[in-house]
Amino acid sequence: MDEELYREHILDHYKNPRNKGALSDYSFKHKEYNPLCGDVLELFLRVDEKNRVAETGFEGHGCAISQASASLLTEYIKGKTIDELKTLTTQDILDMLGVPINDARMKCAMLSLKTLEQGLYAFSQ
Amino acid sequence: MSINAHKKDFPMLAGQPQLVYLDSGATSQTPQPVLDAMNDYYNTCNANIHRGVYQVSTEATKRYEATREKIAAFIGAQREELIFTSGATMSLNLLAYSLCSTLKQGDEVVTTLMEHHSNFVPWQQLAKQHGFTMRSIGVTPDGRLNMEEAAALISPATKIVTFTHMSNALGTINPAKELCALAHRVGAVAIVDGAQSIAHMQVDVKNMNCDFFVFSGHKMFGPKGIGCLYGKATLLKNMQPFLYGGDMISEVTTTDTCFNELPYKFEAGTPNIADAIGLGAAVDYIQSIGIKNVIQHEAVLTRYALDVLKNIPNITFYGPQNASQYAIISFNLKGIHAHDVATLLDREHIAVRAGHHCAMPFMTALGVHGTVRVSLSSYNTKEDIDKLHDALLKVQKIFK
Repeated sequence: MDEELYREHILDHYKNPRNKGALSDYSFKHKEYNPLCGDVLELFLRVDEKNRVAETGFEGHGCAISQASASLLTEYIKGKTIDELKTLTTQDILDMLGVPINDARMKCAMLSLKTLEQGLYAFSQ
Repeated sequence: MSINAHKKDFPMLAGQPQLVYLDSGATSQTPQPVLDAMNDYYNTCNANIHRGVYQVSTEATKRYEATREKIAAFIGAQREELIFTSGATMSLNLLAYSLCSTLKQGDEVVTTLMEHHSNFVPWQQLAKQHGFTMRSIGVTPDGRLNMEEAAALISPATKIVTFTHMSNALGTINPAKELCALAHRVGAVAIVDGAQSIAHMQVDVKNMNCDFFVFSGHKMFGPKGIGCLYGKATLLKNMQPFLYGGDMISEVTTTDTCFNELPYKFEAGTPNIADAIGLGAAVDYIQSIGIKNVIQHEAVLTRYALDVLKNIPNITFYGPQNASQYAIISFNLKGIHAHDVATLLDREHIAVRAGHHCAMPFMTALGVHGTVRVSLSSYNTKEDIDKLHDALLKVQKIFK
């Protein structure tokens, strides 16, 4: 079985997600879906006066990979500037997850990044 | 032919003996005779049909039309009532576009919350376009249609009643004959989506008394890209074609067109000849095993699977879990997302489907985001179920 994919830290972030929950005070929020598996992710970000991420939150449901990815990303981006967030890549997410993601699960893994990118785009308009 | 020996008829299964294929609800495996029939068309009579005067074209036409007769007989229909399409989705869209063109505000189309998106979205979208109302029959907590609600919803305003014969998500078999009678009582037409049922039940459209019946070839051992629409000739004759083009006309002038007779009126363009012939071979294959043997084998296997899997701790089944649930078992393991279950089963060479099964309104009605779906076919064995059982225990161990 694929213990490789479901390593302890992935399961830890799935069972004890960091930053889970909506923010009542946020600079922007954005919701995305993974139509294939029905995963849903809504991301909340509060940015301070220096344009740095002060607080993050997320709501939604999905598989261990999509939820761990959201948990890890919302941890990682705290303290980063909006410009820094815009440089995040697929590889950054794969590095955070640190487990081999095959093609079938790539969409799950990248739902958090897609949500952040689309949210940032709308926020920057 | 012994049903137990027939895994060897399917090249993909024979070539990968470690593979436990439990996703026949998505697509069934293709037996060698079907592949041979398609190959033989390309190798010996690869020509267009209905127009060539030369010999290979005549041969291709003969095989294509013989297939139509064979499939029509398989479901108890006449040859002119059997239209080739690309599959159930295309058949349903053909019906939706053709039938809804005469609907107006105040008219109603009744569907169900159990439908595959292909029998839900077309009506929903055309309702927006034409201004008619779409209503959906609800479901019971154990995944059956609420028949009291059906009787109440189907009213004199109803023009079309459209429903699945067998749920692709839970395997629930619906009382098709009863629903058709409810439709006819108010003068509505009844459409039955047989995409799932066609491989698992003896279908007799005359006995069911449906007005239309649709199915896909690839869920009944046939190839992808071919399917059928059955319609009562009296209704088809008065319907507007859905696609216009070659072969579906009898005369074209600069200002008007006379359409061809049935069934050609609904088959515009060069059809999928090889795959139609392949589907004919699939019908031959089913008849060589015997549909009664298929049904018996799958009923025993469904019961066995439910009995074996219920020993797994923290498993929740969706569906009636009695004789009206057939060949499909939908479940969740507590605390583990269906997608993760499917990924881990894949590492054990077990192929299952996970997610909403293209039936999001149904999942919402059941209060779940998705399920793990095991769908059985006649090539599955009790050994396959035992392997699934053991693998599910391993999944739980990883997520403990």
